[in-house]
Amino acid sequence: MSRNLILGSALSSLVVLAALVSFVWTPYDHAALNIPDKLQPPNAQHWFGTDHFGRDMFSMIMVGARTSIAVALVAVGIGMALGVPLGLTAAARKGSWLDEVIMRGNDLVFAFPSLVIAILITAVFGAGAINAIIAIGIFNIPVFARITRGAALSLWEREFILAARVAGKGAARISAEHILPNVANLLIVQGTIQFSLGILAEAGLSYVGLGAQSPTPSWGRMLADAQTMVSFAPHLALIPGLAIIVTVLGLNLLGDGLRDWLDPRIRVARA
Amino acid sequence: MSLLQIQNLSLSIHGQPILKDVSLSIDPGQIVAVTGESGSGKSMTALAVMQLLPNGADATGTIELDGQELLDRPEAQMCALRGAAIGMVFQEPMTALNPVKTIGDQVMETILIHKAMPPARARARAQEVLERVGLPPDRFPLGRYPHELSGGQRQRVVIAMAIALRPKLLIADEPTTALDVTTQAQILDLLKDLVLEYGMGLLMITHDLAVVAEMANQITVMRHGEVIERGATQHLLQNMQHPYTRMLFEASDHQVNLPDPTSPQPLLEVTQVVREYRLPRTGLFDTPGSHRAVDGVSFTLNRGERLGLVGESGCGKSTLTRAILGLEEVQSGQILLDGQPVFSGHRPNLAVRRKMQVVFQDPYGSFNPRHRVARLITEPFHLLEVPPTGTERQERIAEMLTAVGLRPDDAGKYIHEFSGGQRQRIAIARALITRPELIVFDEAVSALDVSVRAQILDLLADLCAAYDLTYLFISHDLSVVRTITDRVLVMQSGKIVEQGETEQVFSNPQHPYTQTLIAAAPKLPDIHVETA
Amino acid sequence: MLRYTLKRLLSLLVSLAVASVVIFAVIEVAPGDPASFMLGVNAQEDTLAALRAELGLDVSKTQRYFNWISGMLVGDFGTSYTYRTPVSQMIADRLWVSLPLALYALTLSTLIAFPAGIYAAARRGKPGDLTVMGATQLGIAVPNFWFAMMLVLIFAINLRWFNAGGFAGWDNGFWTGLHSLTLPAIALALPQAAILARVMRSSLLDILAEDFMRTARAKGLTRRQALWRHGVRNALIPVLTIIGLQFSFLLAGSIIIEQVFYLPGLGRLVFQAISARDLIVVESVVMLLVFAVITVNFLVDLAYAAVDPRLRSRT
Repeated sequence: MSRNLILGSALSSLVVLAALVSFVWTPYDHAALNIPDKLQPPNAQHWFGTDHFGRDMFSMIMVGARTSIAVALVAVGIGMALGVPLGLTAAARKGSWLDEVIMRGNDLVFAFPSLVIAILITAVFGAGAINAIIAIGIFNIPVFARITRGAALSLWEREFILAARVAGKGAARISAEHILPNVANLLIVQGTIQFSLGILAEAGLSYVGLGAQSPTPSWGRMLADAQTMVSFAPHLALIPGLAIIVTVLGLNLLGDGLRDWLDPRIRVARA
Repeated sequence: MSLLQIQNLSLSIHGQPILKDVSLSIDPGQIVAVTGESGSGKSMTALAVMQLLPNGADATGTIELDGQELLDRPEAQMCALRGAAIGMVFQEPMTALNPVKTIGDQVMETILIHKAMPPARARARAQEVLERVGLPPDRFPLGRYPHELSGGQRQRVVIAMAIALRPKLLIADEPTTALDVTTQAQILDLLKDLVLEYGMGLLMITHDLAVVAEMANQITVMRHGEVIERGATQHLLQNMQHPYTRMLFEASDHQVNLPDPTSPQPLLEVTQVVREYRLPRTGLFDTPGSHRAVDGVSFTLNRGERLGLVGESGCGKSTLTRAILGLEEVQSGQILLDGQPVFSGHRPNLAVRRKMQVVFQDPYGSFNPRHRVARLITEPFHLLEVPPTGTERQERIAEMLTAVGLRPDDAGKYIHEFSGGQRQRIAIARALITRPELIVFDEAVSALDVSVRAQILDLLADLCAAYDLTYLFISHDLSVVRTITDRVLVMQSGKIVEQGETEQVFSNPQHPYTQTLIAAAPKLPDIHVETA
Repeated sequence: MLRYTLKRLLSLLVSLAVASVVIFAVIEVAPGDPASFMLGVNAQEDTLAALRAELGLDVSKTQRYFNWISGMLVGDFGTSYTYRTPVSQMIADRLWVSLPLALYALTLSTLIAFPAGIYAAARRGKPGDLTVMGATQLGIAVPNFWFAMMLVLIFAINLRWFNAGGFAGWDNGFWTGLHSLTLPAIALALPQAAILARVMRSSLLDILAEDFMRTARAKGLTRRQALWRHGVRNALIPVLTIIGLQFSFLLAGSIIIEQVFYLPGLGRLVFQAISARDLIVVESVVMLLVFAVITVNFLVDLAYAAVDPRLRSRT
């Protein structure tokens, strides 16, 4: 296993673990106000210090990880669940009107960055974490559709697919039996990357108030709250930022490591 | 004194030995061929002379050009030699040229990089050289881009780049392997003429003994990084010492004995088949043109017959194959297998498909890398109404693997555990498992080394006897088609220009195209080889 | 080339048309009547009707859509529900902040990424490559708005080289304006530069493995000459795609970064409009952003043809 894979999975599981543990235990109640202890720098009682209401930053980071992971994970799920079938269909019907419609539709969605989608949704329905999920999820659809189609197209040219066609198998069956398993690695790697992008996007949306709303803790909103206090309490901005960096870095390293590890040619060479 | 003198060249890459004590020499005006199968180290020998070895390479011994050692030359001095004193031509003309630069710029670059002459004269020289290699500037102006040229024309550009500064030594690494046989003959003639005209030494790397026999003054046979045998071409071929050389020679023109075909009775009937493709529009308001890939083809394949289909790339043989396999619908005409159409109502006819199987060219792309052999070879069972299960299935798998020369317990392995030749055996097992009436071999032995190819041809002959095969054998390789088929079709520009008994067509071709094709194919000298 | 351009242009127009329908439809779904929202609950029915007529709300949806589109074509984006001023004027003022910021960031990102990517590719596997790759790995992970806050903390609050926020305006001279956009542009550019550098590197590594690079070396070009004369231009083709995509990320990203630096750009405008439910402003800004993204991708398509002769002649 590569260094990337080890470091990446260690960092990612650290974050996921923190999120899971937060359901049963946090050092303090993340929402409990404690004004006398406000704005403490990191110390033995409060490892990450306290915010302007005296809330324990460590507990807030743990609970905030839940929001980040949930939003990004569901958004990747939406992107995969819709994008992969679209990409497989487009590839199976290459050159047909269906392929054309799917690909033009993809181009169109690419013209709406997730922030723009979030702005539209918020303008119409109001802000909330669900908006962030939908906005990031919609933007993920063409990402997965496009890479699935690209990889599937080159597979359709391969002779083992021709052999399957000669064996009388239809496009749907070939897509499920031969194409999907051979693009799965790519999807896992891309999924990891989109997951990390989702964490970043969620933080950005929450920061500008288009994502999770109070009282749901979120790293992006913690940063928004910290902005006016950054000159005298820099830890308020440093710590959520580092949490985001560690998570995204971990996921990206995991993605790179998985790519090297899953690629069958490389694995064969190692065996 | 020799122009190039290689002595005791040993090479390892990251500690892995590649070449062992290779020695050879080339005199000015001499063509020396290095031949051998894949993995023999022949290309690495060429790259060692150029000092363009991959990272981690460590070479010992001596390589002297004009008496000057190349191995310990600093990189800057090697750059001055490459292109000026040594030119090189590569195998794959389609990718050997930079797609975003014009051919003129690329030929001129050789001249300008060595500051051999001012730009205006370099331009004139580039024109001159391109004309010399058969690309006259009135038809092929310097401003052409590589994608506007055919494979053979691109190879001429690559040669022009290599000879622009009249190097003393030209290295050609499989220069015609990717080309059609008629183009190959032209390129080989061009190389021979250039050697004569410029007095260059030519180091020619090729796997094709027939090409070697026709071109080279000297032969060096290599295997596993070692020189097996070397000598003057005629002498060496007349007195082959090493069994490997003899095996190579025999395999290059391997003959098999096919059993006599059974009583003729039509199986596949192709009548007036036409397949057209729409071409992209050339102008904004033009109606799109079309290309007739298959143009009114008719033929009949009888039960028990082994039919060959030969033609050069782009002649329509692949399109015809796909139409017969029911992978593409034709615009007009009819394809009947056992009296039933392969396409009915715009859909492939499953009842007909059941009676056909196919073996493709690429032993590496023909299998889903994620499935085991048992699943791979039983895929055609999908066509059966009642696919065998349980022990019956196991027995069929075991029988097929044994029939193609593998072991029954290979069924549990993945495809990457097999060599190219073994994979082609598995492909044949997959094609045979449903006992189809017709098997289509689409360039099925073209990607294999000659020794492996000979084994697969033997296997086919054995299977013909054991299973009464009927097949359509599509190939660009005339020598293979000659031995493995009873009857042959010659295809050119979408049309069948000649058909008849294989031996008849080869010994007495009627159509001018068939005559050209057969004349262009390099032939081994008629030497009887005793094989152990 | 002409056919290629016209084909791309047609696809640009279709995309814009479909995008405008989508945006219009989404905004139409919004509950509530802007006129009653503006006048409050106690408004008289005839005043409401008058206002609806003034805002162009008294006609059918299809008619409103075409009024909106035809208005935009001549630069009339309608009237803001809250400020009662022409939306086009509001947007024009803000655009002079957001657009220069995105372009500034794109320039910086390209200027950093190209040398870094080429350098790393040329030294594949060596310490220089590993350093660049490590730095880009980190760069991708950093949220730009957090990076912006750190830049403010260091360069504005502690070192006082820049103002912590606000925009000096172009009226006080180009350099003054540029100076106040510098920190925001760096914050936007660095994470994007990290991505672009990685794309440049991997694209160049793919090209370095191509046969024609070996041909170039066989002609006597040094490794460096081959890289620059034959590698870089071929490697640009995938890089251009990413630059096109990045522009839309930078434009969207600038909306967030404007919040950090209190810049009076489109971002501020759109967030004020959302909280005031000034939907016509939201609609127009979104349309403008989408227009920018689609147009940039059109330009990227044209740039492909300039780089790749195969595209020019195929059509």
